[in-house]
Amino acid sequence: MNVLTPGEPFNVSPDRITAGGDRPPAVEVLSAEKVFSNGTRGLAPIDLSIADGEFLTLIGPSGCGKSTLLKLIANLIEPSDGRLLWWRGEFAQVGQDGRRFAFVFQEPTLMPWARVDANVRLPLELADVANAKAAPAVAEAIERVGLSKFTRHFPRQLSGGMKMRVSIARALVTNPNLLLMDEPFGALDEFTRNNLDADLIKLWWERKLTTVFVTHSIYEAVFLSTRIIVMAANPGRIFRTMTIDAPQPRDEGFRDSAQFAAYCRELSTWLAEASLPSAPGAAP
Amino acid sequence: MKPLLQSETFVRIAAPLAVGVVLFGLWEIGCRLASIPVYLFPKPSDIFESLIHNGPSLLRALMVTLRVTLQAFAAAVVIGTLVAFMFVQSRAIEVSLFPYAVLLQVTPVVAIAPLIIILVKNTQLSLTICATLVALFPIISNTTLGLRSVDPGLANYFRMNRAGRLKTLIKLRIPGALPYFFGGLRISSGLALIGAVVAEFVAGTGGRSSGLAYEILDAGFTLDIPRMFAALFLITLAGIGLFGAMVVLSRLALSDWHESEIGAET
Repeated sequence: MNVLTPGEPFNVSPDRITAGGDRPPAVEVLSAEKVFSNGTRGLAPIDLSIADGEFLTLIGPSGCGKSTLLKLIANLIEPSDGRLLWWRGEFAQVGQDGRRFAFVFQEPTLMPWARVDANVRLPLELADVANAKAAPAVAEAIERVGLSKFTRHFPRQLSGGMKMRVSIARALVTNPNLLLMDEPFGALDEFTRNNLDADLIKLWWERKLTTVFVTHSIYEAVFLSTRIIVMAANPGRIFRTMTIDAPQPRDEGFRDSAQFAAYCRELSTWLAEASLPSAPGAAP
Repeated sequence: MKPLLQSETFVRIAAPLAVGVVLFGLWEIGCRLASIPVYLFPKPSDIFESLIHNGPSLLRALMVTLRVTLQAFAAAVVIGTLVAFMFVQSRAIEVSLFPYAVLLQVTPVVAIAPLIIILVKNTQLSLTICATLVALFPIISNTTLGLRSVDPGLANYFRMNRAGRLKTLIKLRIPGALPYFFGGLRISSGLALIGAVVAEFVAGTGGRSSGLAYEILDAGFTLDIPRMFAALFLITLAGIGLFGAMVVLSRLALSDWHESEIGAET
């Protein structure tokens, strides 16, 4: 275990993380940039390699392009220049075994007319998996998020946190290899958020499920991540990278540790710097 | 067990009923006190008597009107839904056809009814066409609105999962459109009845109808005012029945999930 010493640079080159694994990176962003149709430069050219099994968090002031970067990774939008590779392949191959990803939005986006199990079954249904074949996977995914007693409930009968759990179960049911989450717990109260964070990191640890997570919360970022990308705005770019070298699996004890506090303090300083208009790399 | 007055269902039924009884009572007493002649303004008791006396012929007329109404309503639902599906498939189709749907809506049925009755030989059919024209628009506009009002997050989710048009329609657009569709049904069912009665009036002046509107016309010719009121009463009853049926249908379909049909207890 890496013990943190004051003044030690957190800034680690991404290579150090990717080089360690023998499996290919899940996603490679190769000088991808995004210029919106109105001429705004959403993202300066970005190079980023997301290692298999890592929990990567994107954090930064609003307008820094963290959601844009996530959408590029999800292929929801196309880069204006540069390219992306998924498991060393093109996007057309995504969806095959071992190359699946799932997306969790900020809102639970559940179908209000469908019960929990039907909502969780949706991605399988859209992939033409027969109901009988899907049933065990659906039950397992619901079980994993702790909602087995609520299988036959409608979304309106659930709390905000439970709805989010359903949304996560729906993402897990396809057995994805990459989980993309866009501020999934941003609208929840802190207690619920901490609970979900704890469950999420357990899920990640059990499955070694590569996760890209966007958040505004420093505590959430430090608690969950193996690596944090701090982004800055104008144009959106990677400001600095922080590796969180804390033992796994993490639990609530980690939140109380001096190490956790030190990381949070440092990250907070970085975010403040990234928010300054004169931050390095900013457009003149 | 709760006292009867605190039960919501009881109050909901009893309160309007009590208002009705009081109103009819005042009407009866007022007519008697002022001794208004029956041929000017009949008392409720006269109307009731006429209802019993003319029962068989009025009931036959009611059946005729209801048949036209239900046929027109069914036609409006089928055609309206199909048109709405067409509209949401392509903006071009909607833009080019929607003005004509509006045209249909704003043209008074009394104005086109004579034309249709002349053009279509079969009276029943011509009346149904008139009533359908009246009932069609709410279905088209509500269903189109509903099919378009898709939660953008869910639409995004379907796109990300590479769901095709048909799957998106069946699994996302149609369920999401149901509350709007049922709203359209409620309006349209009433309009179908109005359309049927108006068309019967137009046809009735030519002596080619036998529905409740014809009964009203005929009663007017013979100054049988109680029969006129009795026919009117049956039309109202039919309208309430239709509306009630739509309310029940909508509750059956939506009570599980939609805010509009979820009671205060949840």
